[in-house]
Amino acid sequence: MVFHLDKCIGCHTCSIACKNVWTDRRGTEYMWWNNVETKPGTGYPTKWEDQEKYRGGWEKQDDRLRLKSTTKFRTVTDIFHNPSGASMDDYYEPWTYKYADLFNAPEGSDQPTAMPISMVTGEYINVEAGPNWDDDLGGSPVYAANDPNLEGLTEVQRQQLFAIERLVFFYFPRICNHCLNPGCVAACPSGALYKRGEDGIVLIDQKRCRGWRACVAACPYKKTFYNWSTGKSEKCILCFPRVETGQAPACFHSCVGRIRYLGVLLYDADRIEDVARSEDAGLIDAHRSMILNPHDPAVVEAARQNGIHDAVIQSAQQSPVYKFVKEWKIALPPHIEFRTLPMLFYVPPMSPVMASSEEGMVKSVSDDFFHDIEQARVPLQFLGNLFGAGHQAKVVYALKKQKAIRTYRRALTVGDISMDVARRMLTEADCSPEEAEAIYNLTSLCTFDDRFVIPPAHREEAIEMMLDPHEHRASTGFGFVDAPKRGL
Amino acid sequence: MSENKRISWIDDEISAKSRSWEEFYRNRWQHDKVVRSTHGVNCTGSCTWMIHVKDGIVTWEMQGLDYPSLEHGLPPYEPRGCQRGISFSWYLYSPLRVKYPYIRGALLDLWKKARLEYDDPVDAWKSLVTNPESRTRWQRARGKGGFRRATWDEVLEIMAAANIHTIKSHGPDRIAGFSPIPAMSMVSYASGARLMQLMGGISLSFYDWYCDLPSASPETWGEQTDVQESADWYNAKLLAVTGSNLNMTRTPDCHFAAEARHNGTKMYVFSPDFNQVAKYADHWVSINAGQDGAWWMAVNHLLLREFHHEKQVPYFLDYTKKYTDAPYLVELHEEGKTYEAGQLLRANRLQGYADVEHGDWKFLMWDAESKKPKMPMGSSGFRWGTEKGKWNLELKDGKDGSAIDPILTFLNNSDAAVSVRFDDFGAGSSCFRSVPVKNVTTVDGRSVVVATVYDLLMAQYGVPRGLEGSYPASYDDAHAPYTPAWAEKYTGIGREDVIRFAREWGTTAELTKGKCTIIIGAGINHWYHANLMYRAGIHALMFCGCIGVNGGGLAHYVGQEKLAPGEPWGAIAFAKDWYGATRHQNAPSWHYVHTDQWRYEKEFTDYHTVPAKQQNGSLASGHAMDVQVKAVRNGWLPFYPQFSKNSLDLAREAVAGGATSNEEIVAYTVDQLKSRKMKFSVEDPDAPENWPRVWYIWRGNALMSSSKGHEYFLRHYLGTHDNAVAEDMAKDSVREVVWHEIAPHGKMDLVVDLNFRMDTSALYSDIVLPAATWYEKADLNSTDMHSFIHPLSAAVPPCWESKSDWDIFKAIAKKFSELVPPHFPEPVRDVVVTPLAHDSAAEIAQPSIKDWTKGETDAIPGKTMPSIAVMNRDYRNLYNQFISFGPLVRANGIGAHGTKYSITDFYDEMAQNGNSVTFDGNRYPSLKEGHDVCDAILRLATVTNGELSYRSYKNMEEKVGLPLAQLVEADRGVRMTYKELQSKPARLLNSPMWSGLIANGRAYSPFTYNVEALVPWRTLTGRQHFYLDHPGYLQFGEHLPTYKPKPLPTMYADLRFTNGNGNVKMLNYLTPHGKWHIHSTYGDNQRMTTLSRGIEPFWINDKDAADIGVNDNDWVEVFNDHGVVVTRAAVSARIPRGICIIYHSPERTYSVPKSPLRNNRRAGGHNSLTRTRLKPNLMIGGYGQFTYHFNYWGPIGCNRDTHILVRKLPELIW
Repeated sequence: MVFHLDKCIGCHTCSIACKNVWTDRRGTEYMWWNNVETKPGTGYPTKWEDQEKYRGGWEKQDDRLRLKSTTKFRTVTDIFHNPSGASMDDYYEPWTYKYADLFNAPEGSDQPTAMPISMVTGEYINVEAGPNWDDDLGGSPVYAANDPNLEGLTEVQRQQLFAIERLVFFYFPRICNHCLNPGCVAACPSGALYKRGEDGIVLIDQKRCRGWRACVAACPYKKTFYNWSTGKSEKCILCFPRVETGQAPACFHSCVGRIRYLGVLLYDADRIEDVARSEDAGLIDAHRSMILNPHDPAVVEAARQNGIHDAVIQSAQQSPVYKFVKEWKIALPPHIEFRTLPMLFYVPPMSPVMASSEEGMVKSVSDDFFHDIEQARVPLQFLGNLFGAGHQAKVVYALKKQKAIRTYRRALTVGDISMDVARRMLTEADCSPEEAEAIYNLTSLCTFDDRFVIPPAHREEAIEMMLDPHEHRASTGFGFVDAPKRGL
Repeated sequence: MSENKRISWIDDEISAKSRSWEEFYRNRWQHDKVVRSTHGVNCTGSCTWMIHVKDGIVTWEMQGLDYPSLEHGLPPYEPRGCQRGISFSWYLYSPLRVKYPYIRGALLDLWKKARLEYDDPVDAWKSLVTNPESRTRWQRARGKGGFRRATWDEVLEIMAAANIHTIKSHGPDRIAGFSPIPAMSMVSYASGARLMQLMGGISLSFYDWYCDLPSASPETWGEQTDVQESADWYNAKLLAVTGSNLNMTRTPDCHFAAEARHNGTKMYVFSPDFNQVAKYADHWVSINAGQDGAWWMAVNHLLLREFHHEKQVPYFLDYTKKYTDAPYLVELHEEGKTYEAGQLLRANRLQGYADVEHGDWKFLMWDAESKKPKMPMGSSGFRWGTEKGKWNLELKDGKDGSAIDPILTFLNNSDAAVSVRFDDFGAGSSCFRSVPVKNVTTVDGRSVVVATVYDLLMAQYGVPRGLEGSYPASYDDAHAPYTPAWAEKYTGIGREDVIRFAREWGTTAELTKGKCTIIIGAGINHWYHANLMYRAGIHALMFCGCIGVNGGGLAHYVGQEKLAPGEPWGAIAFAKDWYGATRHQNAPSWHYVHTDQWRYEKEFTDYHTVPAKQQNGSLASGHAMDVQVKAVRNGWLPFYPQFSKNSLDLAREAVAGGATSNEEIVAYTVDQLKSRKMKFSVEDPDAPENWPRVWYIWRGNALMSSSKGHEYFLRHYLGTHDNAVAEDMAKDSVREVVWHEIAPHGKMDLVVDLNFRMDTSALYSDIVLPAATWYEKADLNSTDMHSFIHPLSAAVPPCWESKSDWDIFKAIAKKFSELVPPHFPEPVRDVVVTPLAHDSAAEIAQPSIKDWTKGETDAIPGKTMPSIAVMNRDYRNLYNQFISFGPLVRANGIGAHGTKYSITDFYDEMAQNGNSVTFDGNRYPSLKEGHDVCDAILRLATVTNGELSYRSYKNMEEKVGLPLAQLVEADRGVRMTYKELQSKPARLLNSPMWSGLIANGRAYSPFTYNVEALVPWRTLTGRQHFYLDHPGYLQFGEHLPTYKPKPLPTMYADLRFTNGNGNVKMLNYLTPHGKWHIHSTYGDNQRMTTLSRGIEPFWINDKDAADIGVNDNDWVEVFNDHGVVVTRAAVSARIPRGICIIYHSPERTYSVPKSPLRNNRRAGGHNSLTRTRLKPNLMIGGYGQFTYHFNYWGPIGCNRDTHILVRKLPELIW
């Protein structure tokens, strides 16, 4: 999965596509399997990135990996209460309005209004938090100023970020990363979580789940949620009923910014633990190195040996994700220092040039046609904290390449920048003209089929393990829905 | 997605059986049916949506992806659809849904009582509205609860009775209908409009009222609005985004801008706040709010100096000669020792052209070859002349056909250089700059001094060319308008940035032949002087040949309404198939006058800077209401009611007085007006006989989201409570209007709202009718954001007791015809007054301003005063007419934007082979059902029927004299149907109704038709206008592009009666389009309230907030003379100091507390803080492109110059 942040428009269509289909029920109202955050900002749940608070993800101890949230001993003691787990206050109390009053209010001396009421209690609610509360820098002195990714910026730099000459924000859409080393799976005392072999989707078995909420605590991205009505936890299922039938997940499908890409990555699962134990600075390279070249005959052969369908291998070879992540190296995992090895990668965003402000007169600091990335408004350290485990190098690489490609296309289509300059910039950005064209094409001209390369699922084989598909064909849909039940 | 080879540390194998639970989610996804529809009001997105139905219930919607693709090299349109659209399904079964008819209890009780007394419902209604006590009873209850569920029969009877009574006692033009932008559900719009026009009622405009009409577009191009589809942004190599927040308002199109950047396009975003689209910018220009005009004036200064004067880029100069009015000659008038610019030199002033037809409307260029003035073809005089085939842009003399090589400047071959006065409105002074001129001898032997428009532009922009006068020495001259240094003090942006931008602009346009695009919107267009800011930007495009090319142009996106299949739709919507004259009303004037907002201000020159010296009787002085009255009397603008007398009684009177023909009825009417025995209603709007009486609102939120001066609506229309504290001020300022010491409260007898949700307008209406949603009916949808046409379809039937708008108005028509016989047993004659019309010969009606009421000219309908026609209305057959496509279109053909074509063969075939209606022995194509209407539109429009497009081009060829029909030759066989559109969206065809060429997947860019096929713009000269020479524009000093300062808060009268004591702050109040609603729709649904803050907050800068002790999410009270808003603060550094934002547009219906400042009454919505002001020079008419058309011309409902006070709410009271 790749999200191209430079293109994200922050519209939240993805969030609602998901909510409409999956989390509009009792107990799930507050869940946003897909949400979009403004950066800088504290996100949903508030300050989820702050693992001092939430203790999600893995940490290295004596060269071994352990979940920050728990030990064997603490799992038992924290079974009914996890002190670092997210509470209602960290999310928000879902609310609606007493709309019926507009129809039913008796004639009075003033206009009726529909008051806000809690969807949990049905009582009047003073709305003070929501799943997107700091959208577009709303409440910036409270929220944006406390973004954990501001670490490493000086106090002056922090203050400038909220002054006209440096002011900036961008959007950060988030779903479950369907990690290779998922904390949620490892943490579950019931073994209810699993990562599907056929497509890597991480699921919570709604029958086995006992609602311990260890997964909620262990996920550093806070992408598992407790359903207070069913007493089970739920999470993004990557719309597996759609993916299995060759359709993009709802949030991918509905992305009008056209920022989302989905495709197969083949990887070496034997190395997960080793990679997750790498030093912070080496994590991204290690993660990338696990991803195997689907064109390499040895990889293809090994995949076949593992029973992977040719169609899947073919998909892997056309995977847009492989290109962004591995070939072009411009898509980066979020907070890889949490060591869950996320399988969602982000192309970091460009931003407007900085300005100076003298005596109330604002001036751009650069006269270059496309400004240097160091002169962009989003601090490189901020992006490094978000996408580089605290290091800027990988982010700089991705941004330099994007800028070089823009310059190259400008030289080609207008000519006010010379082709010599453009080619030199491409070289400096580790990019050939052919690669530039390929990146430009997949960024700008991409069609739905270019963005989503989904292998056909062989459901007949999965079904066959339980039932003759011929019989399934005739009988599916006739059974009773076996809904999960609360408790044990 | 990842392919897992082996999970190293998870021990447990997942068995197939243990995964059977996965059916839990699979079952949720499974659904029964998928139907294509879209969202039908106000949003111009026009996205195709697949509506999913499960168990007979609409569960969710997902975007359709099957748009036809565009030409190679353009990104595709898929997917389209935003956060708002995808939340629509929430409404269908929500507690906000209007499921049944509702009526105000106070009215229902009185009605039931009256019905016991009167057998005839019309008599019953009469008894209620003529009794002040009962009428006031339900008026005062408006908006205050007490709704009762009613039956359809009950409410249909009340509405029909009210209509009949109003027609009978006051006249049909006291019944008004309002519905916003039709393009998104054009059949629904047409339903109510058709009923209004069949009755003789009023259709209120929307585009100008919303302040979305860019007046500079008619000023420059004679075009309401014509813009590129969003895919064409991708062709631009420099994008200047200003006053338009693409992420917010063009959500599904925004990707084209993002993707263009990766193709090397440079992007500038101009916005006072760091808005959402600023994140894409290479440069975010944090310009001071409303000062974009100053920026563009400085840009033009540089473009003219460096690219026109110094470098003389051939492409720019050729373009300017061929496609603009720059080479035309302007007369200069001597004023003492200096000169003033006057009107264009008319061809008939010169010997050689003295006798040409319409010589006042043909103009002159200086020919380089023959060294004398010549008269190019293509002007309005050629358009409306008897000789056809000379209305084109070929540079040939209209008399002898000789070639013209126009010169732009007399700089090197002048007879003299004279000192001309130019106004510097920013400094409040004048300056004198020398301009090269020629002396021309006129037919009467006088010598007149003429300059080219181009030389006047050079002087106005202050380009130093070695001439005398106060030209700036350099870009650093801060005192000379319009240098980069001059602009700094207004924009707050350093001169280096303007200089760099202008050079990049000019260079990009030179290298790409015009691929610079301005994307512009409400952030500019909602200011009082919007037209000037737009014109300045448009000039930068015109100077560099960016108009009429792909990748170039002005992309104005605010409420734009491209109803692509306009010709048949217009005929159906405005009942032109039955009646020849339509009562179209420009809403800004109507509301300004009828809600009495004119009473709350004095002279407009208090806040509108005009040249100091004004002649007696100048339009640029006095009260806006007086100009409004003149505009109606002169036929410049419509106004209804027309007369202080019932228009049916008037005809009856004329006949009683001996009139035997319609002509004689018209003559009688003129006589009554001339003798002043009868007055225009606008001359005494507060007299009861001139009030509007019945108002139908559908598809819109007329009482809240668009009602600038909302509290005055409550006071003067509804007669209920309001929170305004402003007092009358106009008494001593107005001359042309009767002053009533006390303004009436509650002019409206009945307000009806059709709605699927209980919005503010519904809450304040007398009757609320349950309307089908956009997933429950057949309709059509088009836009200018792309070039496809979409259906709306019924995924489920209209839920509960709702009906489609078409069926509701049809039912009202039916009940009307049932009740009508005792009251109108026979057809009646109705005298209909309409203004001088665009795209008609009235464009050459008034070469100068003359007032017939003062004896300055004869009163000639259609020439010196409005047009007057007589309609024979058949009220008994109103229902039959509603459901049949009438005979006038068969006989006369149809058209739009000045086109025309015959449809007789298609009409007969539809009546013969399609669904039909027969009455009085005649058979007509059926318009009975919504899908009938869809098919009639598709069958008869040029964009969906290739043969008719071909026919319309052929008709244009005769006028233009150049080949055009080849443009659609290849698509001549195309015939689209509603059924086909339900299966797949279709791309429109080339049509002469539109100015862009789109064959073979080419992106629509406006005016490519004009540039490539040499069809003139529909303006005075046929060219794009830099210069606006109407006498009124000269008086206002807007003949040349200029900069005018923003109205001062002290003079704009927002805070005259407001107590500003205490810990309060004054801020400029802005209401841009928001993220969580499309206007007011969606904003009240639970999805959007959850993703925002549960309320439409008040955005304020963090330091401004700190000054008054306001923290994030604190409740605040926002107030001025007009009303009050109570909401919560969103404190943010991204808002600059001195401004505040409440995004357009919240409802009063949810989460609104009471206001301690206003006696603890419920606070209002965003329009509680606004009041309408009309800019008077936008009222002129009868002159080239300045000629009225619905939603095309007239003053606009600006709102952005408003100021408010804000304080922390002392006490929260629900």
